[in-house]
Amino acid sequence: MHGTRILDEADRLMTVCNSCRYCEGLCAVFPAMEMRRAFSDGDLNYLANLCHACGACYVDCQFSPPHEFNVNVPKTLAIARAESYAAYAWPRALSGTFARNGLVISIVAALSVAAFILGFVALNDRGVLFGVHAGAGAFYKLMPHNAMAVLFSAAFLYAILALVMSVRAFWRDIGDPIGGRADGGSLLQAIRDAGELRYLHGGGVGCYNEDDRPTDRRKLCHHLTFYGFLLCFAATSVATLYHYLLGREAPYPWWDLPVVLGTLGGIGLIAGPIGLFVAKMRRAPELLDEARYGMDVGFIAMLFLTGATGMALLILRETAAMGPLLALHLGVVFALFVTMPYGKFVHGIYRFAALVRYAQERRTEGT
Amino acid sequence: MGSKYDVLVIGGGNAALCAAIAARRGGASVLVLEGAPKFYRGGNTRHTRNMRCAHDAATEILTGPYTEEEFWKDLLVVTGGQTDEELARHMIRESKDILNWIVEQGVRWQPSLGGTLSLGRTNSFFLGGGRAMLNALYLTAERLGVEVAYDAEVIDLVIEDGMFLAARVKRPINGDTEIRATSLVAAAGGFEANIEWLKEHWGEAADNFLIRGTPYNRGSILKMLLGKGVQEVGDPTQCHAVAIDARAPKFDGGIITRHDSVVFGIVVNKHAQRFYDEGEDIWPKRYAIWGRLVAAQPDQIAYIIFDSTVVTSFMPTLFPPIAGQTIAELAGKLTLDPAALEKTISGFNAAVRPGTFDHTILDDCRTEGITPPKTHWARRIETPPYLAYPVRPGITFTYLGTRVNKEARMLMKGGRPSANMFAAGEIMAGNVLGKGYAAGIGMTIGSVFGRIAGREAAKHARN
Repeated sequence: MHGTRILDEADRLMTVCNSCRYCEGLCAVFPAMEMRRAFSDGDLNYLANLCHACGACYVDCQFSPPHEFNVNVPKTLAIARAESYAAYAWPRALSGTFARNGLVISIVAALSVAAFILGFVALNDRGVLFGVHAGAGAFYKLMPHNAMAVLFSAAFLYAILALVMSVRAFWRDIGDPIGGRADGGSLLQAIRDAGELRYLHGGGVGCYNEDDRPTDRRKLCHHLTFYGFLLCFAATSVATLYHYLLGREAPYPWWDLPVVLGTLGGIGLIAGPIGLFVAKMRRAPELLDEARYGMDVGFIAMLFLTGATGMALLILRETAAMGPLLALHLGVVFALFVTMPYGKFVHGIYRFAALVRYAQERRTEGT
Repeated sequence: MGSKYDVLVIGGGNAALCAAIAARRGGASVLVLEGAPKFYRGGNTRHTRNMRCAHDAATEILTGPYTEEEFWKDLLVVTGGQTDEELARHMIRESKDILNWIVEQGVRWQPSLGGTLSLGRTNSFFLGGGRAMLNALYLTAERLGVEVAYDAEVIDLVIEDGMFLAARVKRPINGDTEIRATSLVAAAGGFEANIEWLKEHWGEAADNFLIRGTPYNRGSILKMLLGKGVQEVGDPTQCHAVAIDARAPKFDGGIITRHDSVVFGIVVNKHAQRFYDEGEDIWPKRYAIWGRLVAAQPDQIAYIIFDSTVVTSFMPTLFPPIAGQTIAELAGKLTLDPAALEKTISGFNAAVRPGTFDHTILDDCRTEGITPPKTHWARRIETPPYLAYPVRPGITFTYLGTRVNKEARMLMKGGRPSANMFAAGEIMAGNVLGKGYAAGIGMTIGSVFGRIAGREAAKHARN
């Protein structure tokens, strides 16, 4: 017996799959499973986070429903995966956040936006919020750069701390208790696997979503979102360096590096989440973890809003809309940071950790 | 629209789809009638995993050459010579090309194998298994414009003087219950799920058989064809049968109900008596003979008995072994006579001679002075908990079929070839497999004769 009902079901399925093994070429979950004969809670959480939900094993399984063996690995592991996020959350008191995630994100986002608008007004007179500001330092007429930096650093550092503590708990549970540190080779392998989403390819043909015709659409949208996010992050980092090292103040001209990176990233963060949302709406219900719909959509929406408000700010930054748009953008990004450790964002972190563990196991096994 | 096609394919498995694709590529209009609902499409192909093809050199997926001659020799061994040499050699020759043709139809092979089966040289494994292979064939067929109807049960064939005219279906398809076609490809499988038919040849014992494939393999098309003058081939009692877990469902338990632990223990019947040399031979014989051996035992039940030292030596199993701390306790759980089981095991243990155990070769661990002997891999059963799997005959497929020639054209009684009827797959497997089995040959027969049947059926339709 396991800690939860879904882990009991995952255990039952892994016993079925381990006596079949037809899927061993599809992704990492099945070879990892084959290295075990009995499954602890940690093992099952590891396998659940190794699963990329491509759906191939469901479409290829001779025992999927309506067969009486009722084998549905993608859905079972999706539920187990989502439950594992709450189980490893730090601090423990906030693990309940995952259950009401959509609502929490909306409230935090709304409050953050309101706080920035109020902050702008409080720091200045009303006219400044709707004024037209141009040239270097225009943004800081609304809020001094240092205030902005302190706020965002605090939010970001908290998110990092919470994520590190959570993933530590996950790593302990799934990893080898002795020498649970990853070697460089395994890390590199995992970076490659995560970077190209190696296991979202349904064994090579693509991912199964709305029906049994595989496509690469979900993978492409995920790439747009993920690399869009990284580009936006890079834009912010470069801008920070500009500010402190070169003393150059935002906004920057359109051809300058932070804006180019941000524009490309923004496009990715608009197109990618839209595609992922459409895919989720159309995903076959038998593959979907409906209970986590709010969490998934909430995260997609936050990424989309980050991209959309950023792009709107870029286009309208020399008009009277700049003030409200800046407040909106900063509010959304702030809310994204704060809610990161308690939402769908963690799937990437745990999946990466699971990929490292898998690479490590493969190296140990010598295969 | 009128229901008239160039080629009508009855069946929905590997052979049927290869035929449909080949016929469509040959320019014919094609309708596939699959008797099962969509989920169960493909008959036994759903449960397959690999295909045995000849090849002259190692490839990305195969570790070494497997020549036509070697394939032929393997086939001779497993069938004991009960094969049509001309057809079998033709199939083996064609199998070389099928390896690539099947990939062109969208089927993917697994690059390397985990190593649970020692077939990396002779057999190519479908990535994702048989259902993945079927899914790929269906996608290709539909893309090419092959029409597919599910739940399309054929209730009669209109055949005149060896010439197919029409098939009657239970529910209307395209508004019609009579479907006419210029050529017929029958690829509708065997009759292993038809217990009544099995009973005609096996008697009441067939009630205790478990059927590893879908309940839709009832052999109705085979019966119609044989009833309308097609020549039969094969022995109705010959089939591919392995020992599977007695707790498996009556139908469609598939691959995960099999046991490959026989060589690590002993097998006893309901009287707690051993009845065959468990160490006679290695793959594939040790699997393929045990279904038949158990079928010959009282009540068609047997028990594989081993001890705790070997549980990790074979594939993990769906059903856990039944365990007892003593032989008597285990016997009680199996409803065997404890005294009889203790006597059998102590007698066996006393007969075991020292040797060096290696289950990958015919090793020197054997018994002396008992009947039947265990000639290899004999080790004492003495470390509790004692463990057991109850097993019954699991029927995979049957060999009674329609006789065909090299064009996959059915032969009528008297030897005359049919004008427009072709057969492929399990429905004609008995031409090649008179008895016995070696892994992956069923799929070779299906793909090779499927492609030939489709090509020839299209050629006939265009003339």
